[in-house]
Amino acid sequence: MKSLEELKAIRDKMKGQVDIREEDSNATRVVVGMATCGIAAGARPVLTAFSNAVQERDLQNVSVVQTGCIGLCQYEPIVEVFKADGEKTTYVKVKPEMVDEIIDQHIIKGNVVTKYTIETAKLG
Amino acid sequence: MMTEISLNILDVAQNSVRAEASLIEITVDISTEADRLEIVIKDDGCGMTPEQLESVTDPFFTTRTTRSIGLGIPFFKQSAELTGGNFDIKSEVGVGTETRAVYVLSSIDRMPLGNMTQTIHSLVTMNTHINFLYTYSADGKSFTLDTREFKEILGEDADFAAPDVSNFIMDYLTENHAEVSDLAE
Repeated sequence: MKSLEELKAIRDKMKGQVDIREEDSNATRVVVGMATCGIAAGARPVLTAFSNAVQERDLQNVSVVQTGCIGLCQYEPIVEVFKADGEKTTYVKVKPEMVDEIIDQHIIKGNVVTKYTIETAKLG
Repeated sequence: MMTEISLNILDVAQNSVRAEASLIEITVDISTEADRLEIVIKDDGCGMTPEQLESVTDPFFTTRTTRSIGLGIPFFKQSAELTGGNFDIKSEVGVGTETRAVYVLSSIDRMPLGNMTQTIHSLVTMNTHINFLYTYSADGKSFTLDTREFKEILGEDADFAAPDVSNFIMDYLTENHAEVSDLAE
């Protein structure tokens, strides 16, 4: 059975490291809707995929957070990306397999993945 | 309708988060002998008035303002009752809320328990300011995850979303679930 001993090693490793994960003005926020509508539509694996992708790439200035119902339930799972300059992009009907593309193209390179946005879905 | 019991748990626990609980206790108890699977979600959040409590299983009741339909509790209740089990919710303003769902384990209508690791991991890492006590037991074996113990080691201001800690919590849940029973992922 996995014990808490390992956590002590993590604590010792983290000691002395400067915490650079503090929220700053350069931070990008990824907000996943996690109300009943989002969860029923598959938001939980999407949230996990974003958390994992951010960790794997060691993106210090990206935070992944959850929110309640955004009010567009038919488009769930919905992910809103807020860049440091305040620009908001709304991705709709997001699946875990879209996450790498959104991270690499949009969050890292700054190119919105328009094929997954709500504007495109509405034209659909 | 949710496709896994673990998604109902995640959804209903979000109500506890919104109720500004400081401790959320989640218990999953499986008994093959008694042929039951019991889920309890208990919080010390703001609680509900008797009027709110009466209407909470009504799909057309919600405290949210984004829309006027609340399906979280009705889904959870229906999923338990479909199996021949039962559902109960108690609440008191200023004290908290306790939701209990009992499923008949062998019922053909019982949804899979599903990915409890992901449910607990996302609750814990996304809400570091709230304490969670999670107990998973099956036929006499059990394990607990108590974030207050994590904070004792890491400090009160620990960030559970930090990569090393988040990975530890994921592994802790995955390994301990597997050791107790193969019912949860």
